[in-house]
Parts: sequence; structure tokens; C-alpha cells
Amino acid sequence: MPWATTRMPDTVPPPSEESRRSALQPRNRRVKALSSEDTFGKVFDGNVVKRFGEFLIPYRRQIYMAIASVTIFTFTQISVPLIIRYIVDKALVVGAGGERLLLIAVVGFFFVSLVNYVSNYFQTIVVAKMAERILNDLRGAMYGHLQHVSLAFMDRTQVGRLMSRLQGDVGSLQEFLESSIFAIGDFVLLFGIVFVLLMLDVQLGLLTLSVLPILFIVRVIWLPIARRAFMHARQTNSIVNSALAENINGVRTVQEMGRQGVNFDAFEDKAADNYRAHIRATKLAQVMIPTVDTLTGLAMAIVIVVGGNMVLDKALDLGVMVAFLFYVQRFFDPIRSLTMQYTVSQRAMASGTRIFEVLDVPVEVEDKPDAEDLGVIDGSIEFRNVTFGYVEGLPVLKNISFKVAPGETVALVGPTGSGKTSTMALLHRFYDVWDGQILIGGRDVRDVTQESLGRHIAMVLQEPFLFTGTVFENIRYHCEEASLDEVIRAATAVGANDFIQRLPNGYHTILGQRGVNLSIGQRQLLSFARAIVANASILVLDEATANIDSFTEREIQTALARTLTGRTGVVIAHRLATVRGADRIIVLQDGEIVEQGSHTELIARRGLYHRLHTMNYASFDDAPGDLARLDPAGAT
Amino acid sequence: MDATPTASPQSSTNSAPSHTATLVGSMEGRYGEGARALIRIVRMACRYPVRFPLAIGTVVAAGVFQLLIPRYLGRAVDNATGMLTQAATVEAQDALWSAAFLVIAVTVLRGLFTLAHNYFGETIGQSLGYELRLAFFEKLQRLSFSYHDRIHSGDLITRGMLDIEGVKRFIETGILRVILLAVLIGVGAWMYMGHDIVLGLLCVSFVPFALWRGMVFRLRVRALWRELQERMSVLTRIMEENLGGTRVVRAFSAQKFEMKKFNEWQQRCLDISLQRADVRYVNTSLMTFSYYIAMALVLWVGGLRVIAGTITVGELTQFLAFMTVLQMPIRQIGMVVSGIARASVSGVRMFEILDIDPAIRDKPDARELVVSEARLAFEDVSFAYDGFAGEHTISHISFAVKAGETLGIVGPPGSGKSTIANLIPRFYDVTDGRITIDGQDIRDVTLDSLRAHVGVVQQDTFLFTTEIRNNVAYGDPWAEQDKVEDATGTAQLHDYVAGLPAAYETMVGERGVSLSGGQRQRLSIARSVLLTPRVMVFDDSTAAIDAGTELRIREALKEVNKTRATVIISHRLSSLMHADEILFLDGGRIVERGGHMELLAKNGRYRALFDLQMGAAKDGAKDAMGDDAHA
Repeated sequence: MPWATTRMPDTVPPPSEESRRSALQPRNRRVKALSSEDTFGKVFDGNVVKRFGEFLIPYRRQIYMAIASVTIFTFTQISVPLIIRYIVDKALVVGAGGERLLLIAVVGFFFVSLVNYVSNYFQTIVVAKMAERILNDLRGAMYGHLQHVSLAFMDRTQVGRLMSRLQGDVGSLQEFLESSIFAIGDFVLLFGIVFVLLMLDVQLGLLTLSVLPILFIVRVIWLPIARRAFMHARQTNSIVNSALAENINGVRTVQEMGRQGVNFDAFEDKAADNYRAHIRATKLAQVMIPTVDTLTGLAMAIVIVVGGNMVLDKALDLGVMVAFLFYVQRFFDPIRSLTMQYTVSQRAMASGTRIFEVLDVPVEVEDKPDAEDLGVIDGSIEFRNVTFGYVEGLPVLKNISFKVAPGETVALVGPTGSGKTSTMALLHRFYDVWDGQILIGGRDVRDVTQESLGRHIAMVLQEPFLFTGTVFENIRYHCEEASLDEVIRAATAVGANDFIQRLPNGYHTILGQRGVNLSIGQRQLLSFARAIVANASILVLDEATANIDSFTEREIQTALARTLTGRTGVVIAHRLATVRGADRIIVLQDGEIVEQGSHTELIARRGLYHRLHTMNYASFDDAPGDLARLDPAGAT
Repeated sequence: MDATPTASPQSSTNSAPSHTATLVGSMEGRYGEGARALIRIVRMACRYPVRFPLAIGTVVAAGVFQLLIPRYLGRAVDNATGMLTQAATVEAQDALWSAAFLVIAVTVLRGLFTLAHNYFGETIGQSLGYELRLAFFEKLQRLSFSYHDRIHSGDLITRGMLDIEGVKRFIETGILRVILLAVLIGVGAWMYMGHDIVLGLLCVSFVPFALWRGMVFRLRVRALWRELQERMSVLTRIMEENLGGTRVVRAFSAQKFEMKKFNEWQQRCLDISLQRADVRYVNTSLMTFSYYIAMALVLWVGGLRVIAGTITVGELTQFLAFMTVLQMPIRQIGMVVSGIARASVSGVRMFEILDIDPAIRDKPDARELVVSEARLAFEDVSFAYDGFAGEHTISHISFAVKAGETLGIVGPPGSGKSTIANLIPRFYDVTDGRITIDGQDIRDVTLDSLRAHVGVVQQDTFLFTTEIRNNVAYGDPWAEQDKVEDATGTAQLHDYVAGLPAAYETMVGERGVSLSGGQRQRLSIARSVLLTPRVMVFDDSTAAIDAGTELRIREALKEVNKTRATVIISHRLSSLMHADEILFLDGGRIVERGGHMELLAKNGRYRALFDLQMGAAKDGAKDAMGDDAHA
């Protein structure tokens, strides 16, 4: 994923006042943003570990089992040279009965191998499966949480960044978990070898072990330098990859503008940087190999010279010397893995911080413990002295009151930033009001469950969103009990049946990112059908401002009228035709209701509505803000 | 059905479907192709005539030195028992010292050669990656629109990121690692069997078993891996759509439904992951087990021989230490196998792109386009998209427009308007007929010169994540600030930009300011204006701009338009009423053509559309005057 690695600046300029790209997107909001995507954090973060621990609790038994198998596995590894030692010293000495002792030792060795096999299998399988499950739990927890966090947070957070947390970060915690358990094995192995060496012969053991601190010091000096080089290499990766991604996405513009040459040169520079960074990282990584080899050779030489002399002097059994030689070969493995663990945990701590950051995003709108189902209602709507905003001290809606009778259609009209979108969002309780009350069917929206609220309110957004799936699935969406007949009836009602039938597979044509693409007008029709299938008593519509040709526009008007039949409607209207079709028009400006009434009444009044109207723009939102604001106080 | 001109050299219709097939085709039954890709990577590596042989030489040396270590260890053990030098202990001590030095020398050499082969392998891999990356980038910049229509951009990005990585790792984890394994096992077996055939055989007895398990493991894991990838991509898509469409989800209170969908697919992914863990660890632990069994046999047989006096303890140590050397390669078999598998799949995917012959490119004898009066002419042009042979998007279109003139094109959605716009800069090649500029067929001139003279302002504006200035000057990065401001001035965007906190230095894109549809379109206009093309095409590029601003833009363009041919495509008649000629398109054919007044007089489709659009405005005007004719 390109976005997973792209580094973004931490601070973001507030979105433009004119931004109209996403439906219902409130302006001037300020929500705590996610932190940037640094690859490394602290080596150990108590808080992260503690929170992560909560996810481990259900797997306690597996963890104990894993640790037990890791320990047993390590012991079998340590015992192999000891068996060899026994054979060399006991079975192979000249004298009778050698064969029998040898056979016993070999059988013992076989038994150890068996234990090794079983414990090896268990440690790997238990750890791997548990890590997979914990990864799922974590991802599920984050995903579930994101279904309920404040919309303001979702608006300002790119999907890509959330995805990188749901996938990349969860992955690095999984890696951490696996390697931590194996690190326990490494510790056991390290201390086991040290213990056995000293047990076998203190003097030779100490001498041999003297190379350990050297390696340790070398690695401690080397690690930070190498890590910087590795990090740099990784950063150049994401630079190259995001340049590539941008060029792929914008390839048409690149070709139109004839930018290929310039872009290629820029890309070449980035690729060359990437090349150099990787070569440097390689050099640093490889330096360690001869170092470790030299130290291993040194340790072996010590065993050979010192141990060999001791054997010659009969001060040491030959088998012990052989065992020493085998241990020395395995000596550095645990140290290598343990220092690697350092990088893994740094990455994991950073990932953990990011994951828990998501889990900590507050859920602002929650069902009350005693929330009830909305039940059967008449579809009336009332705003009672509602005040609301996104930033403290900056209300977007100021003490708004209005009623919509069942079956009535109300159009909300007003210049950009007047509070139409917020009104619509509050109706569905996407946010909670600061002050006042919103009643649906006579009940405060905060007293009923959000789910039942959703059943009664159908929303058609400005840019209708299609999920990957068939036309049929998209229209019925979550109403899984809806039959194909019902769907066809809904589509026919809004006049979408014709074009759907013309699609390659009719209602079973796959739509969405990887399917057939529909025009905005057609998508709009589908979302009307979706609203009809949902069979809600209230329809909330944010009319598309995007360019729709005259032919489609007429179809949409008809569909809208059909959809509104028998329902209460609240429409954020941009088009003259829609506004005129409404029973009543509410004109908003700067968060206040400045006028309301029928089209004729409002025209007669010669206020803001009249002025917007006479400018004769295709959409009210096109009206330059300054024109709308040139308010000869008398109009209100 | 249709007589598609498959013989025409420009036509890409016959080659394209096969590409589609390979792009989406499954990886099944493509081992031959995979092997060819691997051979090709090796051949590419051979192009580094110094480093590649050096890498191979050093990897062999590293293996041989590693195999020598057990030999000297064994000798040292024998020295210590004084068996080889039954003479004075002073000589035995000397022998110990020399054995110790030999061991140090051999380990140091092994380390240095390992460093060398890793280094050479990595530099070759990186150089290869660098080359491939540039070739890939170059290629995708040249691939015509018809390829980009078909290839999902996410897929291209994956190829450019992960597949290049897979290919470049192949040098190290594939070629060099295989050579090392072969040296350790092959040369090792040969060395030690020369010493004692039975023991030598026993030492490597587990290798066939391990290789067999490795193969089984590879096949099963590959199948599972592919399945997991597919399920993961569904899960990813579910998550992306849910998060991107969060408002729809909430509008319908469909969280439960969404969670159900998510849980179901997450469970499906988990099932495969767990199966994969089973396959992997059953095999790796079995492989390790076979290794230990072989070691037990060596211990037993070797022990008996020591007791019988045929070999020394030191020699037994040699065999055991040789087995220790083999432990590492056995652990790596899985890694090597999956590295090779990955490289073969990645190689196929990579070369698939690199080998595409761009359908649209300069002819060998292509000349520079020479523009005099900028006369753009369509001569009986027909066009069908790739894969839709016979279904012409536009048929038999002819028109001409020259400097100072404006051509308007109008028609319902899908009537072929945008297709015409994309044919002019040769983003696609015509299927039939020809397009000329001042009499030169656009297929006979160089693409660079053609596109330098043709500017298309598209419906959708792609913004690059950079400053506004760079976005405007995208086609001419070294343009003076004056020129940039002139262009934005013409496009009526300057005032807005100048009012931003950082003015032209303001970042746009995902993390910067977001521009409204109208602003994006104006930026796009500025982009093209800056390049002063002689043929300018507006493809519905003012739809989101209000009528007043559009009029101001048109006024600003008036002077320069005298030297350029203008084509305006729109479904808003007010945008093109003033054109010298207007084409009304439907179903890819011109159904009406003429000047505005002429068309109105015809009382046909154009007139109907005009009434529809103007009607609303007139009603509005009547309403404004208080006429209450509507309920």
C-alpha cells in the first residue's frame, strides 16, 4: 500500500471553506488528529505493553504452553553436545561394554530428538496461531470502534492512514508477539550455554566466554549507526513508492502535459537515492558477519589451545573439549536474535501507540443505557432551540427551531457555510447538540437507539457511495431480507430500471471500484432506490451539486418526487426545480433561519431568497459568498 | 461482424485482448512462464560482468571455507588426544597452536567471503531493482490511455513496489543462496564421503527427505498463500469501503451489517492463516527431526567405528561438526523456495508490463508537427475502444476548425463527446479515417510535438501533492511566476490563490487545501492556458464553474483565441452557443450540425435541448416577477 508508507506532515491546514467534495462534510471542525507514522518509537512503553496485555488475557493458557515448549525445546538443544560428550568420554574409551553404552546414549539422543521435535512443533504452532488470533482481535476491536467514533474524526482522517493501522501496525505487533516468545527461548539458551560451560569447566568456560562481552560491545556501538542507515533506506523506499503511485494515478495528466521527461528525471534522482541508501545499509549490515565469525574463530582457538593443552595434561576430558567446540558454534545465535529483538520492539511500541490511539478516539454519540426502540412513528421532525458547532465558542447553528409535519417536504436553502449540512447531520444524530433538542416522531433522538433511528431515516448523500457488489446488493444494502422483486419495484419507481436492465448483467452487474462505473446521475437514482427499499418514513437528501446534464436532471426530479411520496422530506436543495417542488423553504444564513415560507411567499418578500433566486445560478451554492452576504439588513 | 480493420498497423484491437487475458489470468499453469522469467532475471544479472562472477566466486569460496572448519576442529581434537602425534607433548602443543591458527584463519576467511558475496549479491540486486524501476516508470508513462483504462492503478502500483522487490531479492535469496546450499551439501558430501563413505552418506541422509518436505511445503503454502492474498484483498476492500463510505453506513445505521461482513471475511482469512501455520510448522519441525535422526545415526555408526578403531574421535567430531554446518541450510530451504516462487511470480508480472508494446508511439520516420493556421480536421473518423471491436463509439465524424474559430460539440451522455477530445492529442488511435492538423496526419508526427500544440482541459482534474504553483505550471515547471499568474488570471483563479495564506506556495491534495470542483476546473484551464497550445479542447471542463465566471474566462481568452483553434464540448448550451459550428452528437454520430441560429431554426434535437435548458431559466424569471403559475 502506497499510503501505508507515505510520511505526512503532522499539522494540516484546515480544509478550504469552499470544500464541497464530500457530502455532509461539516466545515471548520477541529478534532484531534492521528499522530504521524514514525517507524520507530521507544524500546519499551509500559502503557502500550499494559494495554496490549489485555488482548493477551484470553490466551493465557496458550502463552504458558508456548513458554513451556520454548523452554523444553531450548533444553533439548543444550543437551545435544552433552550427549556427545558422554559418548566420547564414556563409550569410546578403550575397554569392554563400549557398544552397549553407545547404544544407550544413542537411544537417549533419539529420545531427546523426539522431545525436541514435539516441543519445536508446539512452540511454533502455538505461538503462530495465537499471534494470528490476537492480530484478528486487535483489528476487529479497531474496526468495530471506528464504526462508532465521531464523524468529525472520520472526516479528517484519510482512509489510507486508518488502513495502515488496521494492517501494517497490527502486523508489527504480531511480529513482536512471536519474536518475544522466541526471545524467551534465546535467553534460556544463552544462560543455559553459559551455565553448562561453567559447569563443565570453570576455567575454560570463563576464558571462552570472554569473547561474549566483545561482541556485545561491538553490537551496542554498531546498532544505532546501522539502524539509522536502515531507517534511511526505508524512508527512501516510501519516497520512491509514493512518487511512483502519484505518477500512476495522474498518468493522464502527465501525458497531456508532456511531463514525462521532467518526471522521469525526478524519479531517477529518487531511485538513485534509494539505491545509495540501500548499498550503505548493506555495507553496515554485512560488517557484522566477519566480526562475528572472527570472534567465533577466536573462541574456538581458545578451546583448542587451552582446552587441548588441558586434555594433553589430563586435566580435562576429551569429551568436554568436543562439547565446548559444539557450544561455541551456537554461541552467538541468541545474542544476534536478542539484539534484533530490540528493533522489533521499537517498531512494535510505535505501532502499539498508533493502534491504541485509534482505540482511544472518543465515541461521542452513544446509546443511553436505557435507550428504547423508536417504534412506530408518524414521521414528524422538530428542532427546538438547537445550538451546535464543531469548535467550542464557534456555533454553526444558533438557536434554531422549526417543525416539519408528517408527509411535508422542506427544502433547506442557504449559502455555503450557512449550516444546512449540520442540520441534516444532527437529524440523524451524527453529532449531539450543544443545546436544545431534536425530536423525531415526538421523541428526543438521544433517548432512542441509533439503530432504530436509522431505520426511520433514509439518507441520500450528495455523492452516492457504491459498495463493491451487484446492483441488487447495492440497492437493498443492509436490508438483506429484501427480495429481488422489491428491489426491481423500487428501481422502477425511481426510473432506474431501464438503465439497470441495459447493464451487462442487469441487476447482477458488479458495481464499485472494480466494477462498472456509473455516472453521478445514475448513482443518484440508485441511492433513491436504496432509500425506498429501506422504507423509512423520513427521507433526508443532500442534493448533488455536481454537473448533471439536463436529460438526467429531469429524470432525477421525477425520481425525487416519487421517493418523497408518503414520506417526510428534508432536502438540502441546490437546484431551483427542487426548491420549487418543496412545500416549504427554510432559508439559512450563518446558522440562523432568516426566512421561511413557500416559494411564492419568499419571492414576494424580496429578501435573501429572492436575491439568490434572481441571480439565476444553476445552483445556489454557486453564488459567490460575498453576494449572499451583501445583506441590506431589511431583508431579515 | 463489423469489418474491423485488423490489418491496419495502427489498430491495437487484435493485440489488446490477449493482454487483458494475461493481466487478469490466474497464475495456474504458468510455471513455464515463471521459469522463463527467472532465466531472464539471471540473464539480466549476467550483464554485470565483474560483479556477478565475483559474487558467484565468493559464495563458492565462503562455502568451501565453511566446510574446512570441521576438518580443522577434528584435527585439533586428535591433536589434543595426542593420537596423531604420539611423540613428545611439545610437538602436540605446536600442533594445537597451528590448528588454532588455521581455525581462526578459516573462520575469518569464511566471514570475509560471506561479506563479499552478500555485498556483491545485494549491489547486483539493487542495481537490477534500480534499472527495472526506471524501465517500469518509463514504460507506464508511455503506455497509452487504453492500457490505463484496463489496468487497475492499484495493480500497477503493487507491481512497481512489491514485484520489483521480489525480483531484486532473487539474486541473493535465490541464485546465491542456492549455490551456497549446493556447495555445502554437494561439496561437503563429496569431501566427507571421501573420508568415509558410510558416515558421509549418513551425514547427508536427511537431505533428500528435507528437500522432499520442502517441495511439498512449497506447493501447499503457495496455494494457500494465493488463497490468502485473495481473501485479504476482499477484506481490505471491505474495510476501505466501510471507512470511505462511513456516512452511508451510519446513515443506514448499518454498523451491525458491516461488522458481520467484516467478521465473516476476517474469519475466512484466519482459517487460511491457521492452515498455513499448520503446513509450515509440521514441515519445518519434521525437517529438523530428520536432521537429528541422521545425527543419531552418525553418532551410532561413528561411535562403533571409533570403538573398532577405524576412525579417531577427532574424525567423528569432524562429521558431527559438518552436520552442524548443514543445520543452517536446512532451515533456509523454505525461505529459498518461497523466495524463488515469489521471484518467478513477480518476474512474470514485471515483464508483462515491460514487454507491452505501447500501441501509440512515434513512427520511425515521424516528423515534428508544423503548425501554421492550426487547422484541425477530422476526416471520416470512426473509433471503437479495445475489446469492443465493432461497437463504434463514434462513427464517420468529419469536421474542420482553424485558428480563430470555435467548434462546439453537444450531446447526451455516452454520445462520444469525450472520445473526440481524447483522439485529438492521440491518447487513442482512430480505428478508421484520419485526423490532421494543417494537413499532417497526427500519426505521422512525433507525439511530443503533437501534444505540445494540443491542449485538452479534461472534466476531472488530477491534483498533484505539491504547491498550487507547481500544479499550474505542471506542463512547464520552469515557467516564470508572471506567466503562471497570467494563466491563473485568465482562468479566474488568481484572486482566490492570492488570497490564500501561502498564496501560490499553498499545498494542495490530500493533506493540503482541498479545492472545490469549480476551482479544480479553473486550475486545469490555467494549466493548459500556460502552455499556449494552438489547438485547445475543453472537455466539459466548465460544468462546475458558474455561468458568470465562465463568461469572464471566455472574455479573457478572446485575444489568444485568434491564433488557436478551439473545440468546446459541453452539455450546457450557454457554453457553446457562440461557436462557429455546433455538432449535435448522439450514438456516436452527428445528428445535427450548424450555427446556433441555424440549429434553432431546424426545430430538431438542438432546439428541444435549448428549450429544456432555457425554459427553467425563463420560468425562474417569471416567478421572480410574481407570476404564480405553478403549484
